[in-house]
Amino acid sequence: MADSIISLKHLVKKFGNQTVLKDINFDVHTSEIVGLIGPSGAGKSTVIKTALGMELADGGSAKVFNKTMPNRELLADIGYMAQTDALYDDLSGKENLKFFADMKGLSKQETAKEIDHVAKVVDLTDDLNKRVSGYSGGMMRRLSLAIALLGKPKLLILDEPTVGIDPALRRQIWKELKHTRDEGRGILITTHVMDEAELTDKVALLLDGKVMAFDKPDVLKMQYDVDSIEDVFLKAEGVL
Amino acid sequence: MRIISIMNRVLKELFRDKRTLALMFLAPVLILLLMSFIFNSNSSTNVDIATVSMPSSISKNLDQTKHVNVTKYSTKKAANKALKDDKVDAIIQQKGNDYDLTYANTDSTKTAAVKMAFKNSMTTTTISTLKSKLTVASTALAKVQSQMPTATTSTAQKKQASTTPKITNHYVYGDSDTGFFDKILPILMGFFVFFFVFLISGMALLKERTSGTLDRLLATPVKRQDIVFGYMASYGILAVIQTIIIVMVTVWLLGIQVVGNIFNVILVNLILALVALAFGILVSTFANSEFQMMQFIPILVIPQVFFSGIIPLDSMAGWVRDISYIIPIKYSGDAAARVIMQGDGLSSLGLDIGVLFIFLVVLTILNVVGLKRYRKV
Ligand SMILES: Nc1ncnc2c1ncn2[C@@H]1O[C@H](COP(=O)(O)OP(=O)(O)OP(=O)(O)O)[C@@H](O)[C@H]1O
Ligand SMILES: [Mg+2]
Repeated sequence: MADSIISLKHLVKKFGNQTVLKDINFDVHTSEIVGLIGPSGAGKSTVIKTALGMELADGGSAKVFNKTMPNRELLADIGYMAQTDALYDDLSGKENLKFFADMKGLSKQETAKEIDHVAKVVDLTDDLNKRVSGYSGGMMRRLSLAIALLGKPKLLILDEPTVGIDPALRRQIWKELKHTRDEGRGILITTHVMDEAELTDKVALLLDGKVMAFDKPDVLKMQYDVDSIEDVFLKAEGVL
Repeated sequence: MRIISIMNRVLKELFRDKRTLALMFLAPVLILLLMSFIFNSNSSTNVDIATVSMPSSISKNLDQTKHVNVTKYSTKKAANKALKDDKVDAIIQQKGNDYDLTYANTDSTKTAAVKMAFKNSMTTTTISTLKSKLTVASTALAKVQSQMPTATTSTAQKKQASTTPKITNHYVYGDSDTGFFDKILPILMGFFVFFFVFLISGMALLKERTSGTLDRLLATPVKRQDIVFGYMASYGILAVIQTIIIVMVTVWLLGIQVVGNIFNVILVNLILALVALAFGILVSTFANSEFQMMQFIPILVIPQVFFSGIIPLDSMAGWVRDISYIIPIKYSGDAAARVIMQGDGLSSLGLDIGVLFIFLVVLTILNVVGLKRYRKV
């Protein structure tokens, strides 16, 4: 069994008197892509933020690399992409990448190499010197993903990375993600695109503040006796 | 170095935002320039001086000064009546060896003009009398020197000391501090620095928070204090440039004399800018939009002007005066005024700078701790 890099145990998170996460349990291991799916407002982003230590858990524990979060030093090994793009509009794409590479503590040579690489992955090489304020929505999303990929982090946490990205590029990105996995790194990804959920190694279905199901896509389909993850989703929600 | 990277980034963003930059650098210049027009047109107004039993040499010198009219009055009573009737702006009376000056002081620039004219004519007169005395003295000296070489210098000094006249100033309205542009200028300078740095840095951090870049930044291993220090470094540089521009405008366009070291003025304003920055960042955490940030201006920035010393504090009630002790602009204005007008060095500004430093340290710590709201470590 591979090492666990994210381990969530009985995680509880409240906002005021709204309990968003009631009891979250699942693990992400090395060489594994875990997809987190669930209806809008189910708390997917909240799971991620709590795992990263940006929100403090009200109960249970969130461990990353076997250390309790929040932990500042561990962040160097995590590539995080938030649901909002969070870019500096007045800077060019390259300047954004360079700045975050500095923040992650990459060396100068590494930075140049990494910027080249991630720009190729998201197909932004030709637009790197343009100001972000002149980017299209999809280009911003891609730049945001590129920033998360910088420095080959051992763990990637991506909150809906492929929104607004065309099919061809989406394929290219998934190829990169699989390549990342095969290098022994781990990925936690949320998505509303059920085709993408099929591509993951494991799917966690979040509903009513709990993980209703957590297994390989094929196993889930068998359990729910349906043909696609989309149907699993709908059946779990009670629509089907 | 992460601090340097953050500083570079903030500076880059700032210098690409031409409008904000123009606001920061040109707006103070524009306001100061406007004031200079008002100031200059005032200073060329004519003043009428009444003289009572004045030596004719000084009266003549006074009369020759541009924009000055001298009228002789035989008694102080007649002169006082003229002052009351607004016929003259000031009375100069000689009392023995001393001079007695009375100003209407309803227009402080006129008072300043009279003081200046009087001082100048006094110096011209003393110089010419000294000159004539000197020739007499030197011939006498040559004679005396040969006879008794030891006693000469001390008697000459004694004589000179006794001839320095005492000048007494009286004001019909207010006092010597009333409405001097020079007095409010150091405070005004501090206010510009404080206002713009507060507003722009507060907005910058607010944008960083609402656009999500702060979260993203805090998802990297960057230390919380690095963010605060990075911002300090960049806005510190900006404040230095701004202060230099303001000082240059002050000195060259307004012709205000800076007695002390200009670097001390810049240093004082730099510390004030850092206080403003820390304050702006702190306040921005209580705002959710740019408009809410603007709402802090009438509450937190404008009232500072009232307690900054532009309006004399000693005329206020005790508890009102106590408020001024927590107003950063008061300390910077005080320190800058002492450098500009009295030429004080850094060592004698210790208290003002010390208090500003305490503000800075406390606010900075609050900011570093306050960022915990967005990341717990
Ligand atoms: N900072 C916050 N303060 C208060 N409530 C919040 C906060 N963040 C999230 N919530 C609430 O928590 C719930 C889950 O939000 P979350 O963003 O995790 O959903 P999500 O599953 O990511 O949804 P989506 O698929 O639309 O992105 C929502 O009801 C939301 O209103
Ligand atoms: Mg979400």
